[in-house]
Amino acid sequence: MRKTLYLVLGIGTPVILILAWFAVSAGSTDTFFPPLSYILERFQALWLFAHFQSDILVSLLNLVIGFALASVIGVGLGFVLAMLPKVGEYLDPVIHFFRSIPPVALVPIFVALIGFGVEMRVTSIAMAAVFPTLIATVDGLRGVDSTLKDVSAVYRLSTREKVLGVYLPAAGPHIASGMQVSLQTAFVVMIASEMLGPAQGIGAMTLLAQQSFMIADMWSGILLLGVIGFAANMIFELGRRRLLAWYIGSRQLAKAS
Amino acid sequence: MSHEAATTAKRPAALPRLDVKSLAKSYGTGSKAKVIIEDLTFTVETGEVVCIVGPSGVGKTTLLKCLAGLQTATSGSAAIDGRVIDGPPREMALVFQDYNRSLMPWLTVRKNLLLPLRHLKLPAAELRERCDSALEAVGLTHAEHQYPWQLSGGMQQRVAIARALAYRPEILVMDEPFASVDAQTRFDLEDLCLKIRDDFNMTILVVTHDIDEAVYLSDRVVVLGSKPARVLKTIDLDLPRPRDQITTRSLPGFAQQRTEVLSLIKRPA
Repeated sequence: MRKTLYLVLGIGTPVILILAWFAVSAGSTDTFFPPLSYILERFQALWLFAHFQSDILVSLLNLVIGFALASVIGVGLGFVLAMLPKVGEYLDPVIHFFRSIPPVALVPIFVALIGFGVEMRVTSIAMAAVFPTLIATVDGLRGVDSTLKDVSAVYRLSTREKVLGVYLPAAGPHIASGMQVSLQTAFVVMIASEMLGPAQGIGAMTLLAQQSFMIADMWSGILLLGVIGFAANMIFELGRRRLLAWYIGSRQLAKAS
Repeated sequence: MSHEAATTAKRPAALPRLDVKSLAKSYGTGSKAKVIIEDLTFTVETGEVVCIVGPSGVGKTTLLKCLAGLQTATSGSAAIDGRVIDGPPREMALVFQDYNRSLMPWLTVRKNLLLPLRHLKLPAAELRERCDSALEAVGLTHAEHQYPWQLSGGMQQRVAIARALAYRPEILVMDEPFASVDAQTRFDLEDLCLKIRDDFNMTILVVTHDIDEAVYLSDRVVVLGSKPARVLKTIDLDLPRPRDQITTRSLPGFAQQRTEVLSLIKRPA
């Protein structure tokens, strides 16, 4: 009963908000707040599918590659740092220094180092998004129960079995939370990286529209970014629920009892 | 004294299966050193069930960690067939006290049993047989596809025991294995313990603080005193085999030996 209520509210609220936006903005002559109907018209004209391949796909590809790199490097490096405590201690201050820099501020550095190309965008995304995953992985691995480590030792599991069969799943919930933050960071930096260099990508198109006073186009870009961000998070959440079903299940059970 | 003589006479050439010699363990050094185990000496022969009893917090778990090669003794040694233990021995399985932390929560019961077997490279049929029989032995066949956290504490402990059984160790070491199960299950598991000893000629070492359990299970009881841990006395038990929960426990000898152990533990240090 309660669940249905939340579901109705969850779906209903955005629908009501959009309808309200549509109704209130209808017939608007304000330059900065054009009617939603017009924004949707522009949305269709721009993104479905004129700029799909040239911009949407390019942005998404940067996001996916950057995020994938960040995840692999974050988890891999996290393992190294957690398994070699001496190295971890040594590098700890450096990592915390770099992760304290706002991710977007890293973009100019990479422009200077790599130039304006796709490589710069992917590198910026990956470098900014690596820290949440890295730090969560180290934390997760340091928190692996000592009893599980003892069990692995007593039953003489191979290093490979320990890493992939015990440590990785045991740190899984932590790693997933870190990756979720990484995904958000990657998304922000994806847009930020497009504000410099060639005008290609959703962020670049949106900025260009704003600068050339095509306000409806700008709104349509923002709308698209919202949809993509929402979808990306939803896909991630579905994957997380599948992989960590054991964790979610055990937590629910612990809460219920 | 008489016991040592008897053992030597029976098996003159053989080394003891498990030989703990002047084992000591302390943390820290110098004046700050905290001595957990002062000086432990005892042996366990093949096919024997030996219980270690002593008050809580005496350092029994530390002792087991030394035997399992998880910690190194500060001085003295523990050896299997004369081979000093310096890492987890391949012929040993250990059932941990913290049953709820020793199982992998992301694996089903059956997969928990399979995890330690993977690197043994056994044929699929044998893997299946080992899991099936271990689960049947602890009465958890019906729960094989459930996750540990879906089971009660007692059931989780039985999964941990089944995991050790499926591993088919030659030496089984258990740290207060039956502390969290109900009385009926406890009796069943105690009898299971004696049965696998008979079936596989397994050597079993059990840490417990339950004196009745120690007397019922053991061929020998090592009574530890605290603090630091030291052997107060090693008592040979000669209750007839096979043992039975009702008849063995009502023997006059049972009560007598129970009293002997109890008086050692109760005695002010």
